[in-house]
Amino acid sequence: MTEASAPKPIPVTVLTGYLGAGKTTLLNRILSENHGRKYAVIVNEFGEIGIDNDLIVESDEEIYEMNNGCVCCTVRGDLIRVVEGLMRRPGRFDAIIVETTGLADPVPVAQTFFMDDDVRAKTELDAVVALVDAKHLPLRLKDSREAEDQIAFADVVLLNKTDLVTPEELAKVEATVRAINPSARIHRTERSQIDLTKVLDQGAFNLERALENEPHFLDQDHHDHDHACGPDCDHDHHHHHDHDHHGHDHHDHEHHDHAHHDHAPSPIHDVTVQSVSLRGGEMNPDRFFPWIQKITQSEGPNILRLKGIIAFKGDAERYVVQGVHMIIEGDHQRPWKDGEKHESRLVFIGRELDREKLERTFKACEATPAEAAAH
Amino acid sequence: MPTVAPLDLDGHVAGVAFLGDVPFFAESSGLIHRLDHGHKTVEAHEGLLSSIRDDATDTLLTGGEDGKVLRIRGDGAVEEIASVPRKWISQVAAGPQGSVAYAYGKTAHVRLADGSVKDFTEERTVEGIAFAPKGLRIALSRYNGVSLHWVAMAGQPVDLEWKGAHTGVTFSPDGRFVVTSMQENALHGWKLDTKPGGETRHMRMTGYPAKIKSVSWSAKGKWLASSGAPAAIVWPFQAKDGPMGKAPLELGTRANIMVTQVCCHPVEDIVAIGYADGMIMVVRFADSKEVLLRRPGKGAITAMAWNRNGRQLAFGSEAGDCGVVDIAG
Repeated sequence: MTEASAPKPIPVTVLTGYLGAGKTTLLNRILSENHGRKYAVIVNEFGEIGIDNDLIVESDEEIYEMNNGCVCCTVRGDLIRVVEGLMRRPGRFDAIIVETTGLADPVPVAQTFFMDDDVRAKTELDAVVALVDAKHLPLRLKDSREAEDQIAFADVVLLNKTDLVTPEELAKVEATVRAINPSARIHRTERSQIDLTKVLDQGAFNLERALENEPHFLDQDHHDHDHACGPDCDHDHHHHHDHDHHGHDHHDHEHHDHAHHDHAPSPIHDVTVQSVSLRGGEMNPDRFFPWIQKITQSEGPNILRLKGIIAFKGDAERYVVQGVHMIIEGDHQRPWKDGEKHESRLVFIGRELDREKLERTFKACEATPAEAAAH
Repeated sequence: MPTVAPLDLDGHVAGVAFLGDVPFFAESSGLIHRLDHGHKTVEAHEGLLSSIRDDATDTLLTGGEDGKVLRIRGDGAVEEIASVPRKWISQVAAGPQGSVAYAYGKTAHVRLADGSVKDFTEERTVEGIAFAPKGLRIALSRYNGVSLHWVAMAGQPVDLEWKGAHTGVTFSPDGRFVVTSMQENALHGWKLDTKPGGETRHMRMTGYPAKIKSVSWSAKGKWLASSGAPAAIVWPFQAKDGPMGKAPLELGTRANIMVTQVCCHPVEDIVAIGYADGMIMVVRFADSKEVLLRRPGKGAITAMAWNRNGRQLAFGSEAGDCGVVDIAG
């Protein structure tokens, strides 16, 4: 009678990427490597998955709009059904992987794990992983918005097929990815070859873990630079440096022209996604919460992702927020460390974002000295 | 005082039913258990997703992760009705004279008693199937509504439209109403017997705190009981216009424990209510009088069924603790 304690939610990894980017190869690696974990895989087509696995489920993409008047509140009905079925026998697997079609919008997939109560109760979105074909990305960006959305929405980007491009081309493609998504972890790969610990179990949507090891926006001195700093961005040295964005401590010095992109519109014409990184001091919660509610309500359709760490006046703990369109979550994460600077940082990735307005209204949420005294 | 004969299984139970007087328990693993002079087991599916009783033939119809649709007879014999490798069959329905409907993807298939199969393809995934109580007619629920097809006749379906995802569908026993459960926390109903040319009458049944996973029509279809709240929500369907403008009964209300299954008695106006903690009560519509049938168990109640005379109630849970309650004791 005492078995009421809820079981640990099952982590879910979403694999996105254009046709031919290497998703199936990565999936085959995940299923065949000897890591001692069992995966249930939800695919659109069995295609070329060569691995014998009882838990590969074929599922037709079925997008539901929620009846709440919000056009961006979409979920994947087929995933709700399949996840419910899988979770009736949870002992069979340790984690779930959802492979999307090349043209799939990753947003409804991710939102399913937040907006459906039953799915949310039993699973936890771990990370969205985008595979990018280094050779064909420029072409993809020209003819599809989906390719851009997939990158913009990702927590981890595998820049794949690096052996098919020159170092110069690769640097350019990476700069493009970085321009679209400054907060993703980028890994260069050939034939989807990657240490799986960099893809699975990332905790990217877990508020406690999400922002602990963000490679980029949290370490920047300059807000708002469309950082294009190259191949080593997921290396450890990044985390402790209050480096400026010229990347002097990077191993690979052939990319140093990237700094010129800072503050400028993206150099790639076909990119319509932008990011706005905000940085401020300690915030007044009575102004910050109404502000972020209002922004996500009014700008939700344009916001693909948002992430941030907020310092509140008189609060001994860091507050972390993250969002997808209009869905926003926040919680206290951990106490501020001794000597850690109490500052607030927030990044929006989306389209048609009003940078000036976001900066100005964010600043207006800062606590004034008078308020500081009152606390 | 009711007595409970327990049956402890290993995992999630997807369906229970009486075939004759024998209680059957369909485990999601694919094992079908029955209590027929002892505990007997049949390995039916590699993963079972749906299980319903076919009243016309007194058999069980099941669909599985293995792409199979099976008929299970009272003696445990298994007959394969369809096999679609690598598709999940999460919907099966039983029609007149042994006809069977099942669906995967956007197409529903109806296998008639003579073995012929008719296909009905929708623009979106078929989420739910129900046979009409009279005539060979099926309702297929899908995104933005329900399509009604006459199985034996070619022709345009009747489309009942309502914005949103309709995940399950049922006809009232008198055939006058179609009701769907939705992705949002609501039921939606259509009154079918409007005058020719008249507009379909919609019924919105909302106010639930959770999705509705279980609905059950009372004897003669006077009431429709539903889960999705910390009480059984029971809508009146006696009137010409069904529950329009009327408040539902709320039976067996508990503070924070959700109702997960409802199952109306075959004769009396009472309903068995199963809860998320495994408790089961039976409650009378007329005066809301409650009788406890089972104390909380290991997991949420996932399936219930009365035997024909309504003296016994079989139940199953997500944790596998099942049993049969004899209400006469």
